[in-house]
Amino acid sequence: MTSRHFTWLAIALFALAWPLFGAFTITLVNYIGLYSLVAVGLVMLTGVGGITSFGQAAFVGLGAYATAWICTSPTAAQALSALPAGALPWLGLLLGLAVTALIAWFLGAVTLPLAGHFLPLGTLAWGLSLYYIFGNLDGLGGFTGITGVPALTIGGFELSSPRVLGVLIWAVLLLAIWALHNLLDSREGRAIRALKSGRVMAESMGVDTGRQRMKLFVLAALLSAVSGWLYAHLQRFVNPTPFDLNIGIEYLFMAVVGGSGHLWGAVLGATLITLLKEQLQDWLPRLLGASGNFEVIVFGLLMLLVLQRAADGLWPLIAAGARKFIKPEAPRHAQTTAAELPRHALPPAGQSVLEAREVTKRFGGLVANNAVNLDVKAGEVHALIGPNGAGKSTFFNMISGVDDPTSGTVALLGQAMAGKPSRAFAALGLGRTFQHVRLLGQRSVLENVAVGAHLRGHRGWLSAMLRRDRHEEAALLAEARRQIERCGLTQYIDTPAASLPLGQQRIVEIARALAGQPSVLLLDEPAAGLRHLEKQALAELLAQLRAEGLAVLVVEHDMEFVMNLADRVTVLEFGTVIALGTPAQVQADPRVMAAYLGSDMPGAQA
Amino acid sequence: MDAQIALMLGQDGLVTGAIYALVALALVLVFSVTRVIFIPQGEFVTYAALSMAAIQAGGVPSAIWLLLGLAVLTLVVEAWRHWRGLHVDWGSTAVWAIVLPAVAAAVALWVRPAAAWAQTVLALLLIVPMGPLLYRLVYRPLAHASVLMLLIVSVALHWVMVGLGLYFFGAEGARTATMWDARWDLGGLPVSGQSLVVIGAAVVLLAAMYVFFERSIIGKALRATAINRVGARLMGIPTDLSGDICFALAALIGAVCGLLIAPITTIYYDTGFLIGLKGFVAAIVGGLMSYPMSVLGALLVGQLESFSSFWASAFKEVIVFTLIIPVLWWRSLNTRHVEDEE
Repeated sequence: MTSRHFTWLAIALFALAWPLFGAFTITLVNYIGLYSLVAVGLVMLTGVGGITSFGQAAFVGLGAYATAWICTSPTAAQALSALPAGALPWLGLLLGLAVTALIAWFLGAVTLPLAGHFLPLGTLAWGLSLYYIFGNLDGLGGFTGITGVPALTIGGFELSSPRVLGVLIWAVLLLAIWALHNLLDSREGRAIRALKSGRVMAESMGVDTGRQRMKLFVLAALLSAVSGWLYAHLQRFVNPTPFDLNIGIEYLFMAVVGGSGHLWGAVLGATLITLLKEQLQDWLPRLLGASGNFEVIVFGLLMLLVLQRAADGLWPLIAAGARKFIKPEAPRHAQTTAAELPRHALPPAGQSVLEAREVTKRFGGLVANNAVNLDVKAGEVHALIGPNGAGKSTFFNMISGVDDPTSGTVALLGQAMAGKPSRAFAALGLGRTFQHVRLLGQRSVLENVAVGAHLRGHRGWLSAMLRRDRHEEAALLAEARRQIERCGLTQYIDTPAASLPLGQQRIVEIARALAGQPSVLLLDEPAAGLRHLEKQALAELLAQLRAEGLAVLVVEHDMEFVMNLADRVTVLEFGTVIALGTPAQVQADPRVMAAYLGSDMPGAQA
Repeated sequence: MDAQIALMLGQDGLVTGAIYALVALALVLVFSVTRVIFIPQGEFVTYAALSMAAIQAGGVPSAIWLLLGLAVLTLVVEAWRHWRGLHVDWGSTAVWAIVLPAVAAAVALWVRPAAAWAQTVLALLLIVPMGPLLYRLVYRPLAHASVLMLLIVSVALHWVMVGLGLYFFGAEGARTATMWDARWDLGGLPVSGQSLVVIGAAVVLLAAMYVFFERSIIGKALRATAINRVGARLMGIPTDLSGDICFALAALIGAVCGLLIAPITTIYYDTGFLIGLKGFVAAIVGGLMSYPMSVLGALLVGQLESFSSFWASAFKEVIVFTLIIPVLWWRSLNTRHVEDEE
């Protein structure tokens, strides 16, 4: 039995048991469904995307209040008198989604450009504010709330009983999980996962991280609003209490306790917290001899324990236990016949593709790069060498869009790149690797390499959710597989990247860069950590790429590797270019020898 | 509104602003040294205020049981770490988990001081050791976690502390005796001695912090840690020590805030959270980095709160918390390149 079979079996059993549940169980299960819908959005946001929000309860509140207001307010009734009463809740859903999207977008626009902790702090303030707004607006019934919210009707059939509405709740939840599962298993899904391991890598692969984070935040908010809409029509009454900040924090706890990196973890967390709360509210006051909201102590301690001992939540523990009985899905390798991705023509050999002119970078009083000139031609391997602290990494950042020069220009394929983000460099055909390896450690080599092909696909979130991207996805994975084969990593294709030795991880980074079909390849210390034979294989690969017409710039400390491979060498010392020429010319240059061996060694000629 | 009401509101705003400035100072300190966004800062305010109320009522402040519990738990954890072969600094452990709690327990249970200054010292003795003890129990095992993870931990700890506050202090609110009940009338503007005490204490504490960070070796070590954590460790500044001191200072500042504000307003077990969050709004004005900007932010928050309670009291909180939107927006305008998050 595979995990897919198991999921279907569990859903079928759940559906069969539905009519047998008692009224109280139905209520609990309905609430678990509603909470899961919110928590699953938080899983996407926190566990997958690496950002978080304490304000989801406020978005639930927007969804609930929007429909309650449309369905009960005299003002709305007057304006919408032409519509049948059964249409009002659906209009309420649209209003709730629209208002939620607008507010989430606004909050995101303000906080997402900043460091990651400003979004949660912003949502903390927003979650607190909205509670007071709901409670103080007379039009929304103040702290007493709005009563008389009608039941949902679909095609004249009234969903007034919780047992019937529960079917809709769980159908919506399962659909959402299916769509999110599909999204994660796609080009855009890989881009979302890349957000968490540092945005510099994702941007360098062409991912617009600001946009992805925004979409993720709005998506999570919209799922909350849908939950609120269902809640209003289940409860038939809304007041501010279920939407205050503490509940917002509770939603986050559900996601984290369940397992914030796993969609089903949200359902597990929601179930656990709901059942636990139910029990605790019953016997804690008896135990402590006082009445009050004491379950927060237990929840808080539980949360601290989970975060300290099992930061990935409880789902992975259960999944590990279940692995004895359930086979994992076999990796899909079948589509070898997938269409090839479109390729663009490389610039003719000898044409200068990357040009840095008088590039200077100052950090306060420190001049890290001083008027550095460097160009890389198509069909050559250009090496940039220099002692530690010479400013090589700073320069690398500036010719790849990670940082801007203080003065001077960088041109890629003839285009001035001043002030452009690194994804614009990637879009023009620049591929790069990192000195400190930046891979998604838990994901397979195949998925990591496929991230590099991000810009060669175009299907968006919606087509991924609905599985309309399968043709393109097959082509992307086929391309990734080709690059993996070419770099000699085929035996590791399904291995998690973090379990490879560091030297091999560097090769994975090269394969990832190649998957983007670059015209210019920037390699930051590619040979570090490789054994002799592996270095030879790498040199052969780079020579082959040069023959194909790529422009390759290598930063490397291994002199034997550099001198045997490079066509030209630029030497940097204290931020200044001290030599440029063929390996032989550079090796003979007295200033270079002085830089490497010390200036007061007259016998350095040897 | 006439000039007199405006002056009164301004004075109120200045007093609460001074409290928020102290809270913001503690938050910036803790964040810059340990990367912890310390949501439970407000709980120290509550604990100190409610303990002081209990002491003044002649009872045993139940915070002592909490302190002793934390101390015993910490000793168990440290012994376990020692047994597992990890390095344990028993000297500092003895100070935070044995000496100070023992002194606090002796004073609280047997001395039961009647003099105001001794009561104040006792309240501080009860709260200050909680800072390093909580750091060791809660944050130290997660020293390498991301800022985001530490933030979630802070929220969890906030819940635990609010729940424990309700259990130990009860749902009843409390006020303490004023420290200086003089009153003056300056051209129609009533000025209370207590508000002068608050402002004076805030200024003295801010100045003391400045001297501590500029002159003392420990203060300089904390600043070095804030600027570069790894570099500071390589220079021999122990991370654990900076964590201990940082959280002790945060608890001290929080406790002082609690003692200052309790004579002015009734404190409930959950009041501290809102005070802490307003401190956060101020600290965010300073980008969680700059002390002077945070103090300015706190004064702004105090005035905003004071004047909005006059014009739109129902929306007071909304207005204060919405302030961070334009602040963050202004900050985001100056950020262009994506940065890697820790």
